[in-house]
Amino acid sequence: MVGTRPLFIKGGRIVDPSQGLDLVGDLLLQEGRVAYVGAPLDTAPDAEVLDASGLIVSPGFIDLHCHLREPGFEHKETIATGTLAAARGGFTTVCCMPNTEPAIDSAVVVDFIQRKAAAEGVVRVLVIGAVTRGRLGKELADLGELADAGVIAVSDDGSPVANAALMKSALLYMKPYGLPVIDHCEDPVLSRGGVMNEGAVSSRLGLRGVPAAAEENMVARNIQLAELTGGWVHLAHLSTAGSVAMVRAAKERGLPITAEVMPHHLTLTDAWALGRQGEGDVNDPLTATAYDTTTKVNPPLRSSTDIDALVEGLRDGVIDIVATDHAPHAAVDKEVTYDEAAFGISNIETALGSLLSLVHAGRIDLQTLVQRMTAAPATLLGRAGQGLGSLKTGSVGDVVIFNAEAPWEVDPAAFVSRGKNSPLRGVTLKGRVFATVFNGSVAYQEGA
Amino acid sequence: MTTRSDVRPASATEVLPSSLPPRRHVLDLDDYSIEEIELVMQTTDAMGEVLRRSIRKVPTLQGKTVVTLFYEPSTRTRVSFEQAGKVLSADVINLSIASSSVEKGESLLNTARTLEATQADVIIIRHGASGAPNFLARCIEGSVINAGDGAHAHPTQALLDLYTLRQRLGSIEGAKVAIVGDVLHSRVARSNLWGLAAAGAQVVLCGPPTLLPMDWLRDQHLQGRLASISVTTSINDALDGADAVMTLRLQKERQQDGLIPSLREYARSYQINADRLKLAKTGAPVMHPGPMNEGVEISSEVAHGAASVIEAQVANGVAVRMAVLYLLATGRGEE
Repeated sequence: MVGTRPLFIKGGRIVDPSQGLDLVGDLLLQEGRVAYVGAPLDTAPDAEVLDASGLIVSPGFIDLHCHLREPGFEHKETIATGTLAAARGGFTTVCCMPNTEPAIDSAVVVDFIQRKAAAEGVVRVLVIGAVTRGRLGKELADLGELADAGVIAVSDDGSPVANAALMKSALLYMKPYGLPVIDHCEDPVLSRGGVMNEGAVSSRLGLRGVPAAAEENMVARNIQLAELTGGWVHLAHLSTAGSVAMVRAAKERGLPITAEVMPHHLTLTDAWALGRQGEGDVNDPLTATAYDTTTKVNPPLRSSTDIDALVEGLRDGVIDIVATDHAPHAAVDKEVTYDEAAFGISNIETALGSLLSLVHAGRIDLQTLVQRMTAAPATLLGRAGQGLGSLKTGSVGDVVIFNAEAPWEVDPAAFVSRGKNSPLRGVTLKGRVFATVFNGSVAYQEGA
Repeated sequence: MTTRSDVRPASATEVLPSSLPPRRHVLDLDDYSIEEIELVMQTTDAMGEVLRRSIRKVPTLQGKTVVTLFYEPSTRTRVSFEQAGKVLSADVINLSIASSSVEKGESLLNTARTLEATQADVIIIRHGASGAPNFLARCIEGSVINAGDGAHAHPTQALLDLYTLRQRLGSIEGAKVAIVGDVLHSRVARSNLWGLAAAGAQVVLCGPPTLLPMDWLRDQHLQGRLASISVTTSINDALDGADAVMTLRLQKERQQDGLIPSLREYARSYQINADRLKLAKTGAPVMHPGPMNEGVEISSEVAHGAASVIEAQVANGVAVRMAVLYLLATGRGEE
């Protein structure tokens, strides 16, 4: 979808880490590409104008990890609703995980999603294929066919590739394609039956916990296999301080490891399961709001110590990118007991506000955060050279314009995502998207 | 036929401080003050008096509907709630899961909505999932009583334990109460923690390290209301000079998790038997919430011996649940 008319984004603070740019200026998009970026232009071209005064203009966000649920779970989300939600959240590229029904383990399903996204998608959809057939962890999927069909990575996300020998094979097999194997790091024996972080809160609630070691075991294994094979492992949704430390050490040794972290793991603790949105002490009386199933996510919300390590890792670049793990669910999946509830948070529309809370708290600077959501994932995708995640002249015309200060109250009922499963209901976030531009055309504009 | 409709003892009014907030649900004892526990105890005294009459029926809850909704098998809890409701003249509906829509896959939410439509005043729920009563409480307008949920809470069991202890010890304040066994999976232990701590007992939790929730029960959390709680893996330390011993059921169905080597090893290390009981104070009552694994967590000799108050616990169950129902359905003693 190439804009018919040039788009002139005027007077915003342009933050583009791909070229170290942070200035108040203008941005002109023509034929779906960046035609001009820099100091304010003297004469306004004949173009549709978006006044970005007081707002931040950056490359559109790239989400390397989300769930669009189609095919198979259209009651939770579709490619149409999921990409609309992405646009509202400021994302112009989303990579969808293969835990669909059927799983994305063949070129046919990849093709279905690509066609559907071209017809109904509001932003760019890139496809992640399954590592194993049916995501069953038994035998490799036809990885070459998937790579040729255009997947940007393979993953059995939702489950780990528990069989180490199979993981080793997948890493070796994917090497010639230059694509990563994304692993959901969880030792399924250690985590069996667990529904939240193992700790004081799980014990208090009488819920079965997933220890940090369940993730760290698998992170350690994957680092060993990356060393053994030279294959690229991308570690999905890190949640523990121990994982960050291991990735830090692995990177220092130059191993082919990359990693991501999600907004909820950077901002929420397991205490949110107590039903008081993180307030109060673990021993305060539990009320009807306790066992808030919107806080149930895999990997689980951890401790403030883990948050500190994750924020530090993101700041240092040990963790390469922020992704969302947007996991929309229907009400019936969540309006049940905590044990029965589905794992996942619908967060693509709240991600920016959540992440900006780290900026407002002085824990990470804006340029770094934007880099982790734009240039860094574009590099991982191998598409930085094709102009993704950048506002350099000639780059793809994907832009987000956001107000970093505007407060707004989260109302999941107002989400365009079908998944209303957000623990942030009623929370005031500071920072929201004013407009999202995809390929040079406005895909979403506040109030429009 | 009795003409007395007011079963409230005079003393219950006296101990009722005006500051007690109205109660809508009984989810656990973590929100009970010592004053409110005392009110339940005194109301239980009055209910016990009703149960000793030749005609055990008072019209207090006439016109109120009480539903028991049990997703897990239960004998004593369910029967005692049913009897409690009937003695108080409530209409008691027992929703048996085997003959209900739940067997057809109906969710707890829809079952709750159905019960709501029948204008149930109180729903008494037993469920295998921790937090199911909290979930129910946020779905419905009426009152919820937790009759045991997962590993979370079993408040009426803890209240009847408190009542039984009070009968035997006089005062609970300052008493050393040893709770021995599978604390990790025990809703009874969790609720007793709150109740006993509020009542001023010195509680010692004891079990093998794999069956103690050590991440919670450590110094940083054993403050404030839980300051009188301590934890040990030493059965001798736990029983030494104890005023009362509470034995927990070893949840055999969790054996597959490999948390203990064997039942034999568990019994060798933690069974409450006559020899070990000598460490406790002479005549210290021994409790068990039932159902017992005799020969595992408790020896038959102790279970049926002089120190055992297990039958008294069962007997007190009805009066305690009458008190809880009464206080909930009548707005805490006001009429």
